[in-house]
Amino acid sequence: MILIQETLAMFKTSGFFFVTPGMVVMWAIGFTLIYLAIAKDYEPLLLLPIGFGIVLANLPLADLMKPHEGLVWRFYHYGIQWEIIPPLIFLGLGALTDFGPLLARPVLIFLGAGAQAGVYITFFVAHAIGFDLKEAATIGIIGGADGPTTIFLATKLAPHMLGSCAVAAYSYMALVPIIQPPIMKLLTTKEERVIRMKKLRKVSRLEKILFPMVSALVIILLVPAAAPLMAMFMLGNIFREAKVVERLNHAAQNELLNIVTIFLGLPVGATMNAETFLQPKVIFIFFLGLFAFMISTATGVLLAKLMNLFSKDKINPLLGAAGVSAVPMAARVVHKVGAEADKRNYLLMYAMGPNVAGVIGTVIAAGVFLTILK
Amino acid sequence: MAEKILAPLAGKVFKVYISVGSKVEEDDEAIIIEAMKMETPVFAPCSGTVKEVKVKEGDTIEEDDVLAVIE
Repeated sequence: MILIQETLAMFKTSGFFFVTPGMVVMWAIGFTLIYLAIAKDYEPLLLLPIGFGIVLANLPLADLMKPHEGLVWRFYHYGIQWEIIPPLIFLGLGALTDFGPLLARPVLIFLGAGAQAGVYITFFVAHAIGFDLKEAATIGIIGGADGPTTIFLATKLAPHMLGSCAVAAYSYMALVPIIQPPIMKLLTTKEERVIRMKKLRKVSRLEKILFPMVSALVIILLVPAAAPLMAMFMLGNIFREAKVVERLNHAAQNELLNIVTIFLGLPVGATMNAETFLQPKVIFIFFLGLFAFMISTATGVLLAKLMNLFSKDKINPLLGAAGVSAVPMAARVVHKVGAEADKRNYLLMYAMGPNVAGVIGTVIAAGVFLTILK
Repeated sequence: MAEKILAPLAGKVFKVYISVGSKVEEDDEAIIIEAMKMETPVFAPCSGTVKEVKVKEGDTIEEDDVLAVIE
């Protein structure tokens, strides 16, 4: 008799009675992301924790995201809301980034900038559709193809959209090999695609050491709102190029980056509870995010074609697509499309130039939005 | 007339399809290089016999390194 009472009492504390259909939908979404990560290799480092975070946030009574008490809430609050994790990711990314290909042909920085035009165009379209300015900016930055920057901006401008924008950004990054080639081929002729790039000059060690220091100074003074991300990015790059802090460099690229990646994905996914996510507006975020990626690809390629009118050393316009800073996915895509046209054309290293420039471009774009809208 | 196969970019030697003495045709895939987690093929510049293979799988190479020589 007592046993039955105890068992009934256990059931009453269980969350099963409080599960809503919306929560079940969210579980499906979370597990789908995990499936895509594992079976299809879709950005697994981020989408797997995000997927699981989504499931965890939609488990009633577990209260993992309960303010001040939930475990995952603490990761979210101290890691993301306090803006610690995204800048630390950038510390790692800076240590991983080789600016050599960009420094060898500095003009490629314009391709990184050109691809950011998609961010601004999407911003205006999103606002025209009905999103407020801060939401529109967060949606626009998805076109920058930069996860931590998207998360950073969303946290500051539109935290209720953090989960959706992050999932959109990482999903489309995984789909870059599908999204970009049709646009690249549509906007270029076969003659343009087979353009061989002039040999990259050798970049001196001094240049590689000075670049992050000078960039940090100039960019942070120009766009102070971008400081947290830019400072960490350039510090990481200095670690890499100095060659005298290899322990720091190694930790930044490996242990640190891996650890903060764990604590980036999980809380971001956990912000996606059924109430905030299952709304009609969210579909628009996904459409606009895709639109942003596509427009950014197009503007990058078109800018390269424009630049070719003014320079005698022609730039292969495909490189413009690498301005979409999904590093190094977009660079790989550029190489593949180039190799389809001419199998002896090795565009990969040239494409890394605009690819890494695009990262800087996206951070600056985020800084500009923050400055104007905060 | 010997022709060198040069590395078109820096990376790691992923696969070597040729060996000393083997016959190759122009545009055959001779060596695969891995860079940025992507495999890129290097093609034979001419037809002939492989005289030297200077790299093996796993070697790190720089752009313009001589990978092989064909006569």
